Amino acid sequence: MSDWLENHLPKVVLAPSFIAILIFVYGFIGWTAWVSFTRSKLLPRYELKGTVQYEKLFASPRWDTAMDNLFIFGTLFIVIAMVLGLMLAIFLDQEVRTEGVIRTIYLYPMALSMIVTGTAWKWILNPGLGLEAMIKGWGFESFTFDWLVNPDYAIYTVVIAGVWQSSGFVMALFLAGLRSVDGEIIKAAQVDGIPTWRIYTAIIIPSMAPIFLSAFIVLAHLAIKSFDLVIALTGGGPGYATDLPATYMYAMAFSRGDIGQAASSAMIMMGVVFTIVVPYLYSELRAKND
Amino acid sequence: MTDTSMSSPAHSTSKGTGANLSKIALRWGLYLILGLFALYYLMPLFVMLTTSLKSLEEIRTGSLMALPREVTFDAWATAWSGACTGIQCEGLRPYFWNSVLIAIPAVALSTLLGALNGYVIAHWKFKGANLIFSLMLFGCFIPFQVVLLPMARVLGLMGLAGSIPGLIFVHVIYGLGFTTLFFRNYYVTIPAELTKAAKVDGASFLRIFRSIFLPLSLPIIVVTVIWQFTQIWNDFLFGVSFSQAGTQPITVALNNIVNSTTGVKEYNVDMAAAIIAGLPTLFVYVVAGKYFIRGLTAGSVKG
Repeated sequence: MSDWLENHLPKVVLAPSFIAILIFVYGFIGWTAWVSFTRSKLLPRYELKGTVQYEKLFASPRWDTAMDNLFIFGTLFIVIAMVLGLMLAIFLDQEVRTEGVIRTIYLYPMALSMIVTGTAWKWILNPGLGLEAMIKGWGFESFTFDWLVNPDYAIYTVVIAGVWQSSGFVMALFLAGLRSVDGEIIKAAQVDGIPTWRIYTAIIIPSMAPIFLSAFIVLAHLAIKSFDLVIALTGGGPGYATDLPATYMYAMAFSRGDIGQAASSAMIMMGVVFTIVVPYLYSELRAKND
Repeated sequence: MTDTSMSSPAHSTSKGTGANLSKIALRWGLYLILGLFALYYLMPLFVMLTTSLKSLEEIRTGSLMALPREVTFDAWATAWSGACTGIQCEGLRPYFWNSVLIAIPAVALSTLLGALNGYVIAHWKFKGANLIFSLMLFGCFIPFQVVLLPMARVLGLMGLAGSIPGLIFVHVIYGLGFTTLFFRNYYVTIPAELTKAAKVDGASFLRIFRSIFLPLSLPIIVVTVIWQFTQIWNDFLFGVSFSQAGTQPITVALNNIVNSTTGVKEYNVDMAAAIIAGLPTLFVYVVAGKYFIRGLTAGSVKG
């Protein structure tokens, strides 16, 4: 008996976690997928009714706005954070004496909750007493910066706060990447008299392709899951001008009592995440097992 | 920048001081840009701090960036023990302790399980172990929206709906993927010969873990604990979905204070509350920044 236990102990130890993941991740995904094909409203119903929920979802102007916003926010957030992160990493890589301090300052927003970040920027960007009022106070009476309350521009305030929060992290990723480039090649290029900017654009940056991919995956993942930042910064408003799929799903699930819509929107979110993450993870795992 | 633009010595002497001047100018430009960005990242923290120390009167009449004319800690006191989250007006204090009560057991449990899982996957390979690892890893990346609805029902069935043990349970389950990943990636760097030799000497599965692996694990335990603590402390989605009045974590309470529609908007209280909610993770970051960054990058650049 004790022999059997000793032989099987590794499996016995792993089993609870594995079963938990099977039920609470994969089982739950299955449940949500199933319910997304029913007419569930306030309570789940289990008779399959085809794609009615998805048809309703795609016909909903609010969902349309949410997907448009995800596209605008996602693109700007990823591009700006990557450009800023790369730029700062290159600047910091020039044997800057105070690098440690500067790095600490650039990265601390990542330690904060999105709710804290959203609260801070909501105050800074509020037109009545924030930045706008301050610059008006400097004598620029006609200055307006009311993006936070302007339905056409509110989504860009989410970009501003999101980039502030995450760009330092991208900088850290790129800095680690820059440090891992083979120093010999760079020295050889310097001896040949190749200018610094050429060394960066022709040698260093191309060799960091895997880091670009990692940064992209992390940022895309953050963008799709963005929920708390919008809740704290704009509450999804004005109206539902800054709704994202995550806030739409939450509204359907917990305030509208429309489980069918909540389930189908969650499935679309998962579809978006998986088309981005699965190929990446698959190649990572395969590379490791080979 | 041991200079790259003028690497041939002959070249630089012929150009002389002009090149040197432009080099100095470049350096100054570099420091100026880095300094400006430092100000950009610090500005919101500065604004939060100064706003929290001003009176409402001064906020209305003064400028966003101005230092407080008169420093008052009233807003901090209100934020801690008097601000209203909806109908209750007890400040952040009870919710701060809720977050502590959620975070400590959830961090401890998920780290312990992650260590054991990582140990099995890295050193006690059996058929299917890799598949299990892959399934756990994919689980890290799902958008949690996809499990919210069934989880709400299951917590209800388990009698844990709206309770702190319920939130602990949720955080442990969905933290497992990452903690297992951290420990697995750390333990694969420990030579398999070590385990084999110990097995030959008759050491048991748990004995090897206790006497060989645990003593080597301090760095990865620190990374995992910091990662999990930051994730759980900063969580909002699970907190807002699975709590009820009285069991909410601090992020949910902060959002309720800031967005409560009743009464006068007290910006100074909002800012003090935001700083209080952010302090524990900021403290961890300042004290153990190295491990914090390692956790962040381990989650993205693996191996």
